[in-house]
Amino acid sequence: MVVALILLLVAVGSVLFHIYSPWWWTPIATNWSYIDHTISITFWITGAVFFAVIAFMAYCVFRFHHKEGRRAAYNPENKKLEWWLTIGTAVGVGAMLAPGLVVWHQFVTVPADATEIEVMGQQWQWSFRLPGKDGRMGTTNVRNISPENPMGLNRDDPHGQDDVVIESGDLHLPIGKPVKVLLRSLDVLHNFMVPEFRAKMDMVPGMVTYFWMTPIRTGTFDVLCAELCGVAHAQMRAKVIVQEVSEYHAWLETQKTFAELSGRKAVTKATYKSGGN
Amino acid sequence: MSAIILFMAVIAVIAGWWLSQQRLTAKPWLEEGSIDDFPGTGAITLPAAKIGLGVFLAVAGSLFALFISAYSMRMNMADWRTMPVPSLLWFNTGVLVLSSVALQWAHIAALRNNMDGVIVGLCAGGASAVIFLIGQLLAWQQLRAAGYFVASNPANSFFYMMTAAHGLHLMGGLVALGRATAKVWRGAEMAQLRLSVELCTIYWHFLLLVWLVLLGLLTGWTDDFIDICRRLLT
Amino acid sequence: MVDVPYDARADAPPAEVPEVELYHPRSWWTQYVFSQDAKVIAIQYSLTASAIGLVALVLSWLMRLQLGFPGTFSFIDASQYLQFITMHGMIMVIYLLTALFLGGFGNYLIPLMVGARDMVFPYVNMLSYWIYLLAVLVLASTFFVPGGPTGAGWTLYPPQAVLSGTPGQDWGIVLMLVSLILFIIGFTMGGLNYVVTVLQARTRGMTLMRMPLTVWGIFTATVMALLAFPALFVASVMMLFDRLLGTSFFMPALVEMGQQMKYGGGSPILFQHLFWFFGHPEVYIVALPAFGIVSDLISTHARKNIFGYRMMVWAIVGIGALSFVVWAHHMYVSGMHPKFGFFFATTTLIIAIPTAIKVYNWVLTLWRGDIHLTVPMLFALGFIITFVNGGLTGLFLGNVVVDVPLSDTMFVVAHFHMVMGVAPIMVVLGAIYHWYPKVTGRMLDDWMGKFHFWVTFLGAYLIFFPMHYIGLLGVPRRYHDIGDTSFIPSSTHTLNAFITVMALIVGFAQMVFLFNLVWSLFRGRPSGGNPWRATTLEWQTPETPPGHGNWGKELPVVYRWAYDYSVPGAAQDFIPQNQPRTTPAVQGAAP
Repeated sequence: MVVALILLLVAVGSVLFHIYSPWWWTPIATNWSYIDHTISITFWITGAVFFAVIAFMAYCVFRFHHKEGRRAAYNPENKKLEWWLTIGTAVGVGAMLAPGLVVWHQFVTVPADATEIEVMGQQWQWSFRLPGKDGRMGTTNVRNISPENPMGLNRDDPHGQDDVVIESGDLHLPIGKPVKVLLRSLDVLHNFMVPEFRAKMDMVPGMVTYFWMTPIRTGTFDVLCAELCGVAHAQMRAKVIVQEVSEYHAWLETQKTFAELSGRKAVTKATYKSGGN
Repeated sequence: MSAIILFMAVIAVIAGWWLSQQRLTAKPWLEEGSIDDFPGTGAITLPAAKIGLGVFLAVAGSLFALFISAYSMRMNMADWRTMPVPSLLWFNTGVLVLSSVALQWAHIAALRNNMDGVIVGLCAGGASAVIFLIGQLLAWQQLRAAGYFVASNPANSFFYMMTAAHGLHLMGGLVALGRATAKVWRGAEMAQLRLSVELCTIYWHFLLLVWLVLLGLLTGWTDDFIDICRRLLT
Repeated sequence: MVDVPYDARADAPPAEVPEVELYHPRSWWTQYVFSQDAKVIAIQYSLTASAIGLVALVLSWLMRLQLGFPGTFSFIDASQYLQFITMHGMIMVIYLLTALFLGGFGNYLIPLMVGARDMVFPYVNMLSYWIYLLAVLVLASTFFVPGGPTGAGWTLYPPQAVLSGTPGQDWGIVLMLVSLILFIIGFTMGGLNYVVTVLQARTRGMTLMRMPLTVWGIFTATVMALLAFPALFVASVMMLFDRLLGTSFFMPALVEMGQQMKYGGGSPILFQHLFWFFGHPEVYIVALPAFGIVSDLISTHARKNIFGYRMMVWAIVGIGALSFVVWAHHMYVSGMHPKFGFFFATTTLIIAIPTAIKVYNWVLTLWRGDIHLTVPMLFALGFIITFVNGGLTGLFLGNVVVDVPLSDTMFVVAHFHMVMGVAPIMVVLGAIYHWYPKVTGRMLDDWMGKFHFWVTFLGAYLIFFPMHYIGLLGVPRRYHDIGDTSFIPSSTHTLNAFITVMALIVGFAQMVFLFNLVWSLFRGRPSGGNPWRATTLEWQTPETPPGHGNWGKELPVVYRWAYDYSVPGAAQDFIPQNQPRTTPAVQGAAP
């Protein structure tokens, strides 16, 4: 029976495609291998159900397709069978949901020793901010934003003075240290996506969102924007470079702090002000 | 989203109650035969227009519940400045209550076959509804004159938007009321009129209820209530 | 059980409708254009939806050309690509599928299947169509306004949708919102009709549990749509205020291209809540009619009662109710409070259970059936495969933490196309092959139908199944060109080109279908009144196509459920619903 055979081939072909697909997730670079495991569990369960249902259907088509004189059985329902299928489905769903919720709990529980860093999106570029020597980031306000102060830091906040501001550069991260990535946007929704990190979150203007992770592998990774943000959405790129701790510190030394960046202009301004008085 | 969830829960209870009357656990393949064997599960015998109005009220209720949900979520933002309620609104509220009372009067008169009462009720109801709408427009003007523009604060924006939505619904009601009055004009029988009057009355009471809820929201009376709801949910 | 006398009409008096209550067309205009007959309105809805759907199909070719061969077609740039995806999505979800299932199939089938003469408010029903047409025209007009249609994505997320970095910021978005508002007003008018007709105009004997699942599906979906569309209405009105009056419902303080905007304090997430409070039920508004229709297709063409009818009804009602408490699973990575993830992941995965039951019952209906592999049956089988596939990938995206890496990638695109694009379209097509004989009195050509099915089904599967793996790789959606990355192998481009070629082939197969529709109208084999030997009332009409008022002088009286196929001891393998028990021979099948 050709139809049954094709249906079966669809099921078998899908499974084979899955096994031999050269397109698969990127090698992971953070602690979120739990997420990959949950996906694997889900693949196993859903794959089995998919194959079973389609194969059963193909068998029915093969076995019960119309022939002269065939008459269908009269079988309005089968309470027992339906209940067993319901329970079985519930168990399968539970087997996917339970690990999912456990991992989600980890995902939203930021460890106390995580370093805060900040990623800011705007049409269509990324900026980054790292806390300075004091380990704390200064407060910001969208209304402060100007060409001299692209990230809108509060000039009066002492914690902000030593913050490292990286405008249109790459983000460097030390390996093995948990980071809490604070996400901010100036204009529209963006989404900080690094496929190798697995974790991602929307950046919403008017609020600060976050996720956390621990990089476990050095390398250079592409940053993409995963939430439609306008015409140049596809060109909004940057790189994240995960380094050994010593290299990271060497790089950090070369970066300019907020005070250094705004210093010259601030001095000019102060002079102007005093002169004006 | 607590207001809309609450509203949906009420709808679900009503739907569930009705479905529970419909013998959904029956095994239909065993039940050959005429409808008389299964009392109460046939089509609803109410007039279609009345059921239609009921369904429409659910839709309109959902609309206002969503406005209220949006309002209660937005008002938690830092920039919210509650707007003073112009005292004219109290007068308007009184007029709208009168309008509802007048239509109730017309409805009762229709049940008692009192055509004069129906005419008085319909005209008084319509006139007071128009006065309410004019009053609302005046309230808008007062607010604008006092510098409360639609875009100057989200509280203002919601005020203008929700009063407009309510007013538009009332205008739709006035069209229906106008048609009912026109029927009287053409000398329709009471039997034909009774349903129209009843539907208008139900709709008016609904809009009065919506207005009272909105007024409570705009004056801040319901803030405490919303607060309690939010605490319950989180 | 009470024994029913042969002349059951004695205890069930004929519900003859007085002539005055029926609307009678007086001229060609009122018969075919400003008609109040639900059947004509249904055809008007279907033709309009198909016409705008063809536009969306062409848009999908254009964007596939860009994705398959980036840089080759100079007439597609980034902003046009975004406009294409936006219009494609909005048209397909709302103006095609919703309108076709509820306005098209709902209008045609509800009165016939419940044994009514027409919808209960024919005038309002007519208005519903004309407002829908106006909404479609407003939507289509955005192609011709300065700046073109909006390119904000079909989700229209603010602030992006109203800012200048998005194409169509000046006219496109405003007209889109106006069109949506019109659509909702028009739909509400139609929806009131569908619901009240089912509640109030069922013929004698048509208890709820005797209704075909098609009616159950359309009825439940309409109730949901009536309650859910106000959310889109509210969101649209508020966004119009933001765009035109400068309010800040959804607009926070922001800097656009270095300029401080006058907005402040609003919440983009508020819009997302409103949008998805509509948007998720919308998925089931499209799916439930498909569930219902496919149940009837399978049962009729397998000559077997639908397995577990009661479970099927309960599942439809349960899915409908549950779908109102899962909306935020579209917002796992939106930045909403992370605690919501626990609740919404749980409700979302619970909804999989009634859905799975429906799938089991479809395939169990095939078991020990007498399966006629007609074109409608083939489409039903195609539906099961694509729906199972798309439903199972939904378990990935509904499970909050699994959604984190997959959200906003091509995996999502593949998932929702499979589950609410291909699967419902399979049902639409199968249903057209099934009911075309009733609408026109002629059969669609079988050979063209089979060709159409195999190309559409296999082609669509080959488009969307591999696409999941591109998403798994991490290719984001809504990219007109992935450009240079370190993680995407070059083989992905080959796969993209393959998908594009398949999309073109599948698209052209639809032309064969359109040709079939027109050709069979004149040359098709005359079908008779009940070519599939089906039990439901629409096949028992005295005329085919059904005349004005559907039922001649007397309304049918219903004596049994909709699925009396292959009843042991019966002379034929089906017993129409309006046949009393003790009748020796089968009526129906009237020419």
